[in-house]
Order: sequence, then C-alpha cells, then structure tokens
Amino acid sequence: MQLITCPWCGAREEAEFHYGGQAHVPYPADPHALSDAEWAEYVFFRDNPKGRFAERWVHSAGCRRWFNAVRDTATHELLAVYRPGEPKPVIA
Amino acid sequence: MTGTSLPEHPDFLWRNPDPKPSYDVVIVGGGGHGLATAYYLAKNHGITNVAVLEKGWLAGGNMARNTTIIRSNYLWDESAGIYEHALKLWEGLEEDLDYPILFSQRGVLNLAHSLQDVRESRRRVYANQLNGIDAQWLEPEDVAKICPIVNISPDVRYPVMGATYQPRAGIAKHDYVAWGFARRADEYGIDLIQNCEVTGIDMQGGRVTGVQTTRGPIAAGKVALAAAGHTSVLAGMAGLRLPLQSHPLQALVSELLEPVHPTVVMSNAVHVYVSQAHKGELVMGAGIDTYNGYGQRGSFHIIERQMAAALELFPIFARAHLLRTWAGIVDVTPDASPIVGLTPVEDLYLNCGWGTGGFKATPGVGWCFAHTVAHGAPHPLNAPFTLDRFTTGALVDEHGAAAVAH
Repeated sequence: MQLITCPWCGAREEAEFHYGGQAHVPYPADPHALSDAEWAEYVFFRDNPKGRFAERWVHSAGCRRWFNAVRDTATHELLAVYRPGEPKPVIA
Repeated sequence: MTGTSLPEHPDFLWRNPDPKPSYDVVIVGGGGHGLATAYYLAKNHGITNVAVLEKGWLAGGNMARNTTIIRSNYLWDESAGIYEHALKLWEGLEEDLDYPILFSQRGVLNLAHSLQDVRESRRRVYANQLNGIDAQWLEPEDVAKICPIVNISPDVRYPVMGATYQPRAGIAKHDYVAWGFARRADEYGIDLIQNCEVTGIDMQGGRVTGVQTTRGPIAAGKVALAAAGHTSVLAGMAGLRLPLQSHPLQALVSELLEPVHPTVVMSNAVHVYVSQAHKGELVMGAGIDTYNGYGQRGSFHIIERQMAAALELFPIFARAHLLRTWAGIVDVTPDASPIVGLTPVEDLYLNCGWGTGGFKATPGVGWCFAHTVAHGAPHPLNAPFTLDRFTTGALVDEHGAAAVAH
C-alpha cells in the first residue's frame, strides 16, 4: 500500500486518507460579478494533467486535517506535502 | 524442429498501412469508440478517406480493460435514448459485422441494499418502462431464482432487498467487438494506424487543419477525438479545457471455473459488479480510485473492499483464486454523463467523459459520433451531451442511476 506523509503525523497508509482534488482553487473574490462561464469554470472545471498535480488530501483516519501535496499522476509518486497556507513548493 | 506441428498464422483482420499525408477525417484513438465511429462513417455516410490513429495497439486501452457489461437501464431520457440505441445495435451487431462477438443477453441485476436504494431503483424501473426499456423490479426471492448463488439472507451487513432486472442486458467479448469493427472499417478502405501517437493539433484561424504525430504530420479536414482517459491531454493541445478528471478504474478476473453465475450482478452500494465470462473466469469490477491518475493501476485497498463485498454477496466465491488485476483510465465528468459533439474549434469533434460506462455504448456512440462528424451537427441522441451544458446548467445527472458502477 502506498504511504502518504501527513505533514503533521508523518508517513501513514493511503487508506487513512481521502482525496480532495485540485489544490489552490480560490473561491471567487466577487461572486456576484461572475458570468455563467466563470461560474462553470469555478464549479466544474479543474486541471487534469498527466504529470505533476498540486492536490488536496485529508488525513481522515488520523489528525483529520487537510493538507496539500504535489503528486505525479502518471507514476503516483508523491513529490511533496505541505500545510495549507504554505506556498506550493518549487520542485526541480 | 521442422515446425510442421505449428498452425499457420491466422489471416490478418486488417492491413497495417503507413499514414497518408492527408485524410478527410482523422479519428484519434483506436479503441472501441474510435473504431465504431470509423465503421459508421463509412457505412452510414460513405466517408472512407479516414484514418484511425492509435498510440499503442488497437483496442489496447479501456476496450481491453472493461468488464464488458451491456445494459440500457439508465434513469434520464437522454441517457436511456443513447444507451438503448446502442443496445438495439448490439442485438444486430454480430450479423452486421459478420463476426462473432459472443453477445450474450443473460440479463443484469442491479441490487438494492437499503430503503433508499429500493426507492431509487423502483423509480428507475418506472422511468425505464416509460422509455420502452425492459426493466422490472424483483423481490429478493425472485433475485435468487434468476441468480441462485446470490446470498439473499437478511443476516448480512448489506442485505439484498430486491433488484432491478433488465433481461436484454448482458455481456460481449470485448476484443472480438473491436476486431469486428476494425475488420469492417479496414474493408471500407479506412486506414487503422497503430503506434502513432498524436503529439500536437494543428490549427489555423480557429479551425483544425491536422495533427502532428510520432509518425509525422497528417493533414485532416476534420479531427475527431475518442481518447477516453487521455482526452484532457489531447484537447489541451488544441487549447481546450474540459470538465474531466481522469481516474484509475480497477477490474480483475479469477481463474477459470465451472459455469456457476448465469447473469450479471451489480451493486452500487457495495461497489462491485460480477459476471462470468464465456471462458469461465469471474470478471469483477470495482469503484474508481478517488485520486486522479493516468498510471493504469490503482490502490490495493480498493480491490480488498471489492472482494469483501463480492464474498458477502457470493459466499461460493470464497475459495476462488485471483488471477489478474489491472486498471483502465476513465475520464469522468461532473454529471457522470458523456460529452459528445462540437467544440469551440471548428472541425474538431469531441467524444469523451464516458467515465466507467463507455463499453456498452460502443455501437451507439460510434453511430451518433459518426453522424456528428459527417454533418457538422449532433445526432438527436447525442445533442443533449454538449460541452456547454456545464455553462448552461442543462446537466444530465446520472450519478443516481450510474454512480460508480456503470
């Protein structure tokens, strides 16, 4: 089973976590100003890269806290984990 | 060794041509949908200057990885329309392709395990009946009559409280289906080009003009994408952003067993669906892995849960051995319905978002997508499945009826 490193608890089995999709998607600053197309983008459209992807995970069966990770969607390799509010790490 | 005991190589079912510099239509993706689209372009519309480009080998992606279930008992009119059209084509496909596809209408049971399941299932049965689809509601004792190995005891964690039944549903031999379409497309003069990965989409003034490939540039009057899990990557080459997320979907087979399982059993609530292939393997599918992934493999705990569910439903499987597991990459839309139609780029057509349910639609979507490409306008049956429904809000929300298990 794949190990995922929770930034608070350390490495735990994948089954302790739940997935939260793409990270760094901000709530619209002025929702009333959004067009239908902009709402569609916010509600339904997310990046879907084959390769590195910044995404959200929650340690449901542990500390129950959310965090972000950079993972390669082709290899499933976790390249970085970081806490909310921290910037997305630059990976060589 | 003289080799005299070796059989002759069977006849090849299609040529392996080199790409020509230009085609009227280039279809990207040589899976079931791409091959069926090519076939119906030729058969229904007389368009034969067509290439199907496949980055690997024909039908080696999801067409080789699905659990071959065919049914049309979807909730909404839009879905029932296209899936029932597909099922009717399946019923004549062996004759049409003049090729054995082992289409077996052994019926499908969709089990209900809670009162909520029961209500939703009965609602779906009524909706199906209004759409002329052969749906029935069965009480647990009738479930056991159709599939005696299902455990209908009330003493299990998720007891069987009934099921919907579609007798005309069934399974087919996925490889044979692909080969049947490929052979007929080839006979029409369509070029099936393997080991030819598209690396770029050429455009001029908002209009597609061809593709770049690992076997050189190919000009095209029209380009039709049928690349399932890799559609986001391809569409990105044309500057298109799609509401798709690609996930691994796992399936597995047991060793060969005596025939014990006469139908197809699906359970959305416990995330497993099971049939027995003609050869004798039990074929089981799971729910998708929740994370995005292009790796054609998934997480072990998904399979573990799937097996736990299968064992509770089918105690007789307890001593069966697992033979192989694998995953396909499924492209999932927010409303669990496909996107089939036009794009903002002129002459670029899109067939994607079938998620976990693409195999059963193969002839139906081939028929409708070919119509869409030939006429530059959607067939009435795929007209609801536009890209812009995610902006207009006219969603076809099949999560209730399809959920994880298509």
